[in-house]
Amino acid sequence: MTIVLNEPLSQISLLFVSAAMAFIALALVLFSLQLSKLLGQTPEERAKLSSLEKIGFIVTAVGTVVLGVGVVLRGIAAGRVPWANMYEFSISAALLILLVYLTSLKIKDVRFIATFVTGFVLVTLFAAVSLFYVEVKTLMPALQSYWLVIHVVVAILATSFFCIAAGLHIAYLVKAGKSARRLMELFPALEQLERLAYRFNVVGFVLWSFTLIAGAIWAERAWHRYWGWDTKEVWTFIIWTLYAGYLHAMATRGWNGKRAAWLGLVAFFAVIFNFTIVNMFFKGLHVYSGL
Amino acid sequence: MVSSSSFSKLLFWPRWFWRQLTSMRTALFLLLLLAIAAVPGSVYPQRSADPNGVRIFFDNNPDVAEVMDDFQLFDVYTSVWFSAIYILLFVSLVGCVVPRTKVHFEALKAQPVQTPQNLKRMPVHQEVSDQPGYLEAAFKVLKSKRYKVALQGDSVSAEKGYSRETGNLIFHFSLIGVLIAVGVGGGLSFSGQRVLVVGDSFVNNLASYDSFSPGTFFDESQLEPFSVTLDDFQVLYDLQNPNNLGQPIDFIATVTSEGKQSEVRVNYPLEAPGASIYLTGNGFAPVITVFDGEGNIAFSGPSIFLPQDSNMTSLGVIKVPDALPEQVGIIAFFYPTAQQLDSGAYTSIYPDPIDPLMTMNVYSGDLGLDEGIPKNVFALDTTDLEVVASRDGPNDPIQLRIGETVDLPNQLGKVRFDGLLRFASLDVAYNPGGIWVLFFAMLSLFSMGLSLMTPRRRIWVRRNGDGTIEFAALARSDDPRLEEVLAEIRSEIESKVGSK
Repeated sequence: MTIVLNEPLSQISLLFVSAAMAFIALALVLFSLQLSKLLGQTPEERAKLSSLEKIGFIVTAVGTVVLGVGVVLRGIAAGRVPWANMYEFSISAALLILLVYLTSLKIKDVRFIATFVTGFVLVTLFAAVSLFYVEVKTLMPALQSYWLVIHVVVAILATSFFCIAAGLHIAYLVKAGKSARRLMELFPALEQLERLAYRFNVVGFVLWSFTLIAGAIWAERAWHRYWGWDTKEVWTFIIWTLYAGYLHAMATRGWNGKRAAWLGLVAFFAVIFNFTIVNMFFKGLHVYSGL
Repeated sequence: MVSSSSFSKLLFWPRWFWRQLTSMRTALFLLLLLAIAAVPGSVYPQRSADPNGVRIFFDNNPDVAEVMDDFQLFDVYTSVWFSAIYILLFVSLVGCVVPRTKVHFEALKAQPVQTPQNLKRMPVHQEVSDQPGYLEAAFKVLKSKRYKVALQGDSVSAEKGYSRETGNLIFHFSLIGVLIAVGVGGGLSFSGQRVLVVGDSFVNNLASYDSFSPGTFFDESQLEPFSVTLDDFQVLYDLQNPNNLGQPIDFIATVTSEGKQSEVRVNYPLEAPGASIYLTGNGFAPVITVFDGEGNIAFSGPSIFLPQDSNMTSLGVIKVPDALPEQVGIIAFFYPTAQQLDSGAYTSIYPDPIDPLMTMNVYSGDLGLDEGIPKNVFALDTTDLEVVASRDGPNDPIQLRIGETVDLPNQLGKVRFDGLLRFASLDVAYNPGGIWVLFFAMLSLFSMGLSLMTPRRRIWVRRNGDGTIEFAALARSDDPRLEEVLAEIRSEIESKVGSK
């Protein structure tokens, strides 16, 4: 009945996660070098994948695989899905952000935010390893439900899409603010940045709505009510409302552009706030940080 | 007589107000305001989610709490200001969506628009050489791709993607559905909490509940008269994994209801007639007998001890108003697996009763129960009582193991620790709105997906007299594939014309 936990295996998983950090850090350096080299290039040269970028993406892909091994090993060590406390959410989120980003590269040219994505993943992994790490534990009875698989994985996936959109918002705002002008001239046009961000946010919003609904179904099973304004529920609602506001802003004259981009960033900030501050310091039923 | 012009003047401001309220800008503003208004409810304890937190907040900040309470900061989500925002938002939503629905119905019935004079101004424009039967082929291909098509003399006008607006409208209407289902369902709902010691029963009626929260339209006749007996309560803790020692693995309440035995576990409620039964808590209920100074049994039975930490150190209060010559009050601590600290105090190091120990602080005097004022059964006000035994009292606290009897100081009598039972906290809840909230929420999700994934496109094909065919396309929303789609359609038409 009791699952046998394997802490030594979890330590091996931690090694893989740390190794993944090294790969992602290297990729970040390569992408930063690439950015600094952009200035001297012609548009034709920029359109092509430079050898520096190629190496960067190969290193990112290797880092992703290594991180994937780390996440899977953590799951095996715990005998369950590897996203039941903050450390596990963080490494799973980092993995999904990388996977979503690498997949998006196949569909859209989003190379130019590689520094943001690898930087964000690196910070996430660093926080996970240094601040959030906990030994493998069994699931408390309230978490023993298949909704843990559905609700949480969709929430992390939504966060991944929001994250990439946030990178695009930052690029938009820097460009629209006319800072780093020579560099930003080499980025895609403002409208293109805005539309790309919109598309990532739209997918994220649909996924976030599903997270909210799945969470309500689970809450009805576990806590006898589908909605009770628990702190985590409140913040899920706030985030949903902010992104709904963003979608309306995009359809309102005078509110698209910079204002919508700021709104998208504020909404993503709320996602981060919900994951860190609310998880660790706010009182509520979702006390799963494990810290 | 009021002239029509002054009448319309009279309506100017209401009309203006309505236009403002139903504008997208206002919807956006209200959405953001709603997000901000929801924040304080996550910062300050709320009566609905954490009534105990509110009590503690009041104790710690009595003055500020009063003022905050006036602003309904402990009832944010039912407050006047929060309600005002979402009601305005929904009025704005209705005012925006209803006229749009009318327009959309007309658009669904109408023919595609007249082909514009100047197609070169469209975002996507192509010119090819004419062939016989080109327009007819274009008509057929567009029709087969489920465009709404009209042959307008020397041009074809086609439109597709009406479900973008259909989905958008259904999304907004389903949000109204969610709101109504939440409201009506909440009004008809109820939830009751009941603590049951193993072996005890309760019948589903108002008198049986320790606490009960009915909805506005709740009627007592809604309660089906079923009974529930707690036959057994099993708690399984981790004893295998060293780093995980004492973590709960499972809580299983075995209950009999209406002659049928079943299990209630966390996440797995029991469906009873007209309600579901949820397991929401558990703890120890030590069985204690108190003999008074005259040798009579003044108290006997299991008492609910509230867990204080993850190793189930539990706190219980025993009030013995019938004790003679003096009333006796006891604050008792129960340690399932006791270990003495260096300070001499005890703590529990494992949540299961491996080495159970109870310690008691004893008080005597008037317990204040005779005035008929309701008192919290889990608290003992010791201000007016004489301390008989406690860590810094005249006598050491009483220590008891199961089966032991110990004399109370001052000839107050004796206590006996007869045995150990467990209790389960059960929630009995019913909300008929839940299923409808889910229905409308899923409907909104699907319609949102449909709307956001459907591009709305207009395509025109015109035969010019000079032997050329003009193609043009216009997206009515963000549409990255427009050019690609037009190229596909063109090649399909050409293969059709060419094969003849």
